[in-house]
Amino acid sequence: MARTLIQAPSSVRRGDSFSLRVLLQHPMESGFRVGVDGQVLPRDIVRRFACSYNGERVVEVELFPAVSANPYLEFSAQATDSGTLSFEWEGDHGFVHREQRTITVT
Amino acid sequence: MRRRRWLASAVGWPLVLQLRPAQATPEALAAAIRSFTGGTPLREGKLRIEVATLVDNGNTVPVSVRVPGAAPAEVAAIALFNERNPQSDVARFHFGPRAGLRTVSTRIRLATSQQLVAVARLADGSCWVQRVDVVVTLAACIE
Repeated sequence: MARTLIQAPSSVRRGDSFSLRVLLQHPMESGFRVGVDGQVLPRDIVRRFACSYNGERVVEVELFPAVSANPYLEFSAQATDSGTLSFEWEGDHGFVHREQRTITVT
Repeated sequence: MRRRRWLASAVGWPLVLQLRPAQATPEALAAAIRSFTGGTPLREGKLRIEVATLVDNGNTVPVSVRVPGAAPAEVAAIALFNERNPQSDVARFHFGPRAGLRTVSTRIRLATSQQLVAVARLADGSCWVQRVDVVVTLAACIE
């Protein structure tokens, strides 16, 4: 299991835009580096990230090897109803990681 | 100017051939941008890249892109491209119905001093571009 850091407010005012910051522990091996044995290290990156709010899409991100190791993303969502924020990462070699956070809208 | 060009063609070629595998070409950058915009002509303004112009460590460069010139709901997608990494794409953000302000940040790798290109696609189909030159002192380890 990959480790994640997610900064999401626990409660927000209705109608406000609130910031979400997510970081996933992942090497993001670019596939362009050469290892100690002279062989190119095979690519191992997170290709896609998606965030949904009560099942509706907030943002979907396509990631490429130029994103740093431990990919960090910051974006915003619009507060409408209390519910769940779900985060999903997908990558090479069948990598999938999901997280959820509950949010209260006042 | 002519002598400079001649020097570049005579001396520069072997270098260019050596560097090619580790570096995308301007055509690759143009093709990457075209695949995002669908060939829509790019216009300047509306968009801002926030990045340090002198970067100490190319392995993790904080970058953020804002669209101060457009209402949040107008912005459909934001993409970030680079000029001289092995691959021109960096990241593409597609906004859904629940997205808030269209300000996005991430951390990227830069293989050398180069230009960063951000493109925003609006709901009306128009595409806006902003370019920033970045000097990198310690390059991202790519080889």
